[in-house]
Order: sequence, then C-alpha cells, then structure tokens
Amino acid sequence: MFDYTELLEQDPFGLPHDEKAALHAGWLASLTAHHREACLSYDRLCAVLGDTPALPVRLFKEYDLKSIPDDEVAKTMTSSGTTGQRVSKIYLDRETSARQTRVLAKTVSAFTGKGRMPMLVIDSKAVLKNRNMFSARGAGILGFSLLGRDVTYALDENMDLDLEAIYAFMERHQGDQAMLFGFTFMIWQHFCRALKDKGMALDLHGTMIHGGGWKKLADQNISNEEFKQAVRETCGIERVCNYYGMVEQTGSIFMECECGHLHASVFNDVAMVDPFTFDEVSRGRGLIKCTSLVPTSYPGHVLLTEDEGEVLGEDDCPCGRKGKYFAVYGRLQGAEIRGCSDTYERK
Amino acid sequence: MTNSEKYDQAFIETIGVTADQLNADLLYQSVPAWDSVGHMQLVAALEDAFDIMLDTDDIIDLSSYDKGKEILAKYDVGL
Repeated sequence: MFDYTELLEQDPFGLPHDEKAALHAGWLASLTAHHREACLSYDRLCAVLGDTPALPVRLFKEYDLKSIPDDEVAKTMTSSGTTGQRVSKIYLDRETSARQTRVLAKTVSAFTGKGRMPMLVIDSKAVLKNRNMFSARGAGILGFSLLGRDVTYALDENMDLDLEAIYAFMERHQGDQAMLFGFTFMIWQHFCRALKDKGMALDLHGTMIHGGGWKKLADQNISNEEFKQAVRETCGIERVCNYYGMVEQTGSIFMECECGHLHASVFNDVAMVDPFTFDEVSRGRGLIKCTSLVPTSYPGHVLLTEDEGEVLGEDDCPCGRKGKYFAVYGRLQGAEIRGCSDTYERK
Repeated sequence: MTNSEKYDQAFIETIGVTADQLNADLLYQSVPAWDSVGHMQLVAALEDAFDIMLDTDDIIDLSSYDKGKEILAKYDVGL
C-alpha cells in the first residue's frame, strides 16, 4: 500500500516546495485513510476535528491510539514524563520500528556521511537496563547507536565521567572523526561542566549530535551559542548539531544545519498554528505542527506539539538544503490544548 | 575456527542461545535476549569476528539467523 522503499531512496533534502507538497498530499491522504480504517478512535477524532487533524500530542497520554491488532505490537515506547504525569504510549509494530531507524539513518547520514563513525554516547549504559520498557532516552540512544561503531559510554552508573572509558576510546580512534551523541542537558551538566570542573579538555574530532530540548538550559539562560562554545572548549568538537524530535514521531527528526536552522526533510514537515484558532499562520510564531510519513502502526502522522516555533524560510537556506527551515522557542507557556482535561505542569 | 563456527559463536555469546536453536526459526525478537540491545551486541561480535563494518541498512535488515548469512555474503564472508 505504501511504497517506503521508493520514499527512502529520495535525497532527504533535495525536494523543492512544489514537488514535496505534491508528494506529501498523496502520502497524507493515504495515511489518513489507513488510520481511519484501522483505528476507531482516530476515525472518531477525524469526524469531530476534520480530515487529517493535527492530533495534540497529549492525546497519546490519555488514549491508547493504535492502528494494529494487539498481537502485532512489537514495542511500546513511552515519553519520559516527570513523576505524577501520565506518559505517552506509542505502539510500534516491526515495520514501523524498522522504518523509524531507516529514516533516522537517512536523515543523519545526509549530514555526517554514510560510514559509521566511532561513537561516544554522553550518557550512562544504565539507561538501557530495563530492556523491556525503554524510555524515550534509551530508545534515542539505541536508535543513534546503529549509526556508529565501537559505541562507548562516557558516563558511569552515577552519571559521572568515566575517564577510563573516554581515554581508551580516544586512544583507539586517534585522529579519526568520531560521532558524539547525547541529550542536550546531560551533555551540558554531566560532560561539559564536569570536564570544566576538573579543569580538563579532551582532544576529540568529529560531530556532536544532541537533542531532547532546551527547557532546562533555557532556565539557566544558556543559549545554543554558549552550548557550542562549551563543547568546543571542553572536548574540541567544532561541529555541533542540535535536533528537534519527539517520541511520538521517533526517527523523523529535524536536524540543525551549519547555519543554525532546523530543517524539515522529505520524510517530515512543519507548519505553525495559531494556538487559539488552530489556523495555520503564514508568518510569525505559532504552535509547531509536525508531519511525519513514518508511522503506520499508530495515527501519529500529523501532530500538534506544545512547543512554540517559527518558520524562517523554505528552499532558500544558505546551507543549500531544500525544504522548510525553522526555529524552536520552547514550550509555550501555559499551553493548553482544548478538548483535553488534564492539567499542564505550570511553572 | 571456520567462518561458520565463528558465525554461530557470535549468536551463542551475544543472544544467549544454544547450538540447537541456530536454525531458520531464530528471528529478531524471537528470543528475549535478541532485542534491540542484544542486536547491537550481535552486530559488534560479527564485525569483530570477520573484521568487517556493516552498513546501517544491513544492520536493520539482519532480522534472522538465515538473513545474516545472506548479508555477510555481501561482505565476501563465505559461510
């Protein structure tokens, strides 16, 4: 029904507006038809909200939304909600799960190249301990691990620097281009600051890819520029790419280019929505609506996030990549999506 | 050790199966230890044993004991 093989052969950042719009219109219509057929709750939501509605991400906390029979669920992913909050549950079958990884690999390798680089994960192996129920953090690490080789963890069980492991890694890959991966706050707190506190600077080369949100760093007034500078100073890595993504659309992430812009690929898209009217806004800030062509096992192809962002342009980023590019400004303060009853964690 | 023995050894050591489980029925996620964590350990063991580096696509495609043999053939590893 869906020709993912052909889709995956596309250059992730090669389609100009008209061609991408036509491609996505066809895919979204088919995906919506599939999910309406396979998921009764989604069909009802469409009847109320209109065709191919942007589902508020919190609906995945309140309802079991799946488009496959129970016995085809291969993996359930959960968001890393704080205590007392309900977590999102995302149901994956083998096909969707494998597809997520393929799309992630295609997207990231458009930035880093196809070869698998030695990989230093700025986290603790302990995150993967419960192998039956992964958090978004564990799933993120595993997904990215596939893109690397000699995957080494830089932090120990207590989230302290594992200097022995780090030095052995550097010894094994002297002069090689490495890939460093981790979550933004973990890297800041447990890597950059920990190295700084020890008065140490590592001599690493390659690319750092990090994601997971700026909330905790924004609270400390740390900007993307300061983050990059801290990484440069503490471990020598010059190329630092942030990415924007969510557990509800694992795999189809938005990568930051050399110009500091987040980019939509051929596999996904963004638009900004007025938080009061839900109409798409053509310019200025709005709630970020994310489209992904990846999920077939749950109706998550069009989602409304609780993050505020702004589309900065399309097809004309100086980095040369086609598609929309945008900025994320963080969680919309007091975000409240109509139609949902639970309270939002306010500061 | 022959290539075939090395191949079997990688499965036995990383996903905790016994020699009699090494057959066409052995699929990704068909035994508890062959989950996504075990998968990465298996890939690392195969790469070490044959001194190769698999493409990401091949890592994702390595969905069974039999499929792995097909994939290794692409890297000139005869089993």
